[in-house]
Amino acid sequence: MTVDASRGADAPPELVQLLTPEGERVEHPDYDIDLTPEEVRSLYRDLVLVRRVDLEAVALQRQGELGIWASLLGQEAAQIGSGRALTDADMAFPTYREHGVAWCRDVDPVKLLGLFRGVNHGGWDPAEHNFHLYTIVIGSQTLHAVGYAMGIQRDGANAATIAYFGDGATSQGDVNESFIWASVFNAPIVFFCQNNQWAISEPLEKQSRIPLYRRASGFGFPGIRVDGNDVFACLAVTRQALKNAREGQGPTLIEAFTYRMGAHTTTDDPTRYRVASELEAWKLKDPIERVKAFLVRNELADQAFLDSVEAEAEDLGADLRRRCLEMPDPEPLEIFDHVYTGPHALVAEERAQYAAYLEGFER
Amino acid sequence: MSVLTLSKAINEGLRKAMEDDPKVLIMGEDVGKLGGVFRVTDGLQKDFGEDRVIDTPLAESGIVGTAIGLALRGYRPICEIQFDGFVFPAADQIITQLAKMPLRSLGAIKLPVVVRIPCGGGIGAVEHHSESPEAYFTHTGGLRVVACSNPADAYSMIQQAVRCDDPVIFFEPKRRYWEKADVDTSSTDWWTPFDEATVVRQGTDVTLLAYGPMVKTCLEAATAAQEEGRSLEVIDLRSLNPLDFPKVMESARKTGRVVVVHEAPVYNGFGAELAARITESCFYHLESPVLRVGGFSTPYPPSKLEEHYLPDLDRVLEAVDRTFTF
Repeated sequence: MTVDASRGADAPPELVQLLTPEGERVEHPDYDIDLTPEEVRSLYRDLVLVRRVDLEAVALQRQGELGIWASLLGQEAAQIGSGRALTDADMAFPTYREHGVAWCRDVDPVKLLGLFRGVNHGGWDPAEHNFHLYTIVIGSQTLHAVGYAMGIQRDGANAATIAYFGDGATSQGDVNESFIWASVFNAPIVFFCQNNQWAISEPLEKQSRIPLYRRASGFGFPGIRVDGNDVFACLAVTRQALKNAREGQGPTLIEAFTYRMGAHTTTDDPTRYRVASELEAWKLKDPIERVKAFLVRNELADQAFLDSVEAEAEDLGADLRRRCLEMPDPEPLEIFDHVYTGPHALVAEERAQYAAYLEGFER
Repeated sequence: MSVLTLSKAINEGLRKAMEDDPKVLIMGEDVGKLGGVFRVTDGLQKDFGEDRVIDTPLAESGIVGTAIGLALRGYRPICEIQFDGFVFPAADQIITQLAKMPLRSLGAIKLPVVVRIPCGGGIGAVEHHSESPEAYFTHTGGLRVVACSNPADAYSMIQQAVRCDDPVIFFEPKRRYWEKADVDTSSTDWWTPFDEATVVRQGTDVTLLAYGPMVKTCLEAATAAQEEGRSLEVIDLRSLNPLDFPKVMESARKTGRVVVVHEAPVYNGFGAELAARITESCFYHLESPVLRVGGFSTPYPPSKLEEHYLPDLDRVLEAVDRTFTF
């Protein structure tokens, strides 16, 4: 067997792009999109604000207020584009880096910090925003998303699910099993892979010898690669895939070709495993700068608008910081809460024992 | 009142659960037309349709993982793992997701998923078809772990498991699938809560603690011991997590001698938990150390050797004798 090296894992774009890195609008025969100036400005605002949330969280981690943080820097367009394609009835299953999708689902950003600060393991009600809890084990949530989609099917609801995962997750058994399930049950689901090129320190070549979107054909459903730094293209492609899913046409795999500009999490050091020139090259494709260039080039936004978004971002960052610091530590006996829905003899016994032990100190 | 085999009793219990609640689903390998390799789901797909009795691809992580998603959407899936040794590909979903997701959501999520596992040996099967993996799951907070031992319990316990809002690992003793007994399918009056132990034989000299397939073995041992003038009490634990420890403690204090019997390896097995707890709570009532009878710290042997690996009546009685030598 031979593999066409020119179409290797990181093969250059055969990707859907609607907005060039220079901010020029380009046409695509299948995935064009018509956005009002207001909608473009709104997308720009989203991109700037989620980058600010991320930046503040990184700073909080550096100052010891968060144990760890998984930065989305560079992936804003993939997340905002796909997140804004969802309707209220759709259900999103994130991994642990989807802060931008959470933003689109109206999850209060401070709720994202609880997990990373160590006060809880999640802490929001997924049903409230149709945004599932972050899942740390790589790829597990893709199966949950398919099962949920099978439930939508049984309910006859006009909705779909979207499962987020990274390039590294495509190596996991669960992701491949979720592809099989989705395919054979024709589940209303969109698999949204953010290929940010690195699984901690491992490059894409360690996960796949073919472009990831082409995996889908082996499972019997369409795969498409989109410029993950192009918010217009991510929105258009995801919107179409979700529509197909809701209309009974089954799953789609979207590979958003993007780049993680920071570390995997705040605990690793990307300078140990990747060269600076790579980062510099991707900086030229920055997802925010190209929308800004588009707005300015087409006179859709003036300086006052750009300044107002910046000011809003500053306020958001400051507010997030304040509320992070105000987040109370959990009480010791909360360890025993929510393990089971009803009474459980063993948990009750251990709770009582530990409460008595703690009381011994307080007397 | 009907005379049912244990497998048919579970089948009837599943049928009742599906009739009572349209959100109850069954999913697994071969559960549809074939009715499962042990026929436990026989006829259910025919009556409830392919959308409620779902033949899945052959991937256990997928079965449990998608069941979690269905539960998140408001369904109550019952997963069948075909054999005990095949639960390990699903162990990640069970341990890292099913057990912990309700807590992760601070109680906002309920995961009423039942994972049925035909367990244990004694049927002359090949490798991976005769294991007793209960300790892996009793070690994991967030799961309820129960084991039925007879048709009547199987009928009531499976329905209670399905109604429970917590994830339940449901062990079925496969070598007892063909044992018959009376089951009253017309009433719930006689049901014992599925997290309670039952004293299945009263005795005064030694307590035998068992669950699943070993309950019958222990009852036979008690009958044999009676002929030798010894009165053995037999407790069917039924629930391993939570454990009905008050009932165990009461019996241990009464008899002063306890033998734990299970098929799983003794080392780090569920018996170790029982022995430790009994020692802690009943130290001054004990006439001898708590003894354990079970499998060896080896992989489950080829079937020609399983009679040596599995506790039988003689090994139980030998342990009973030893409790009188201290």
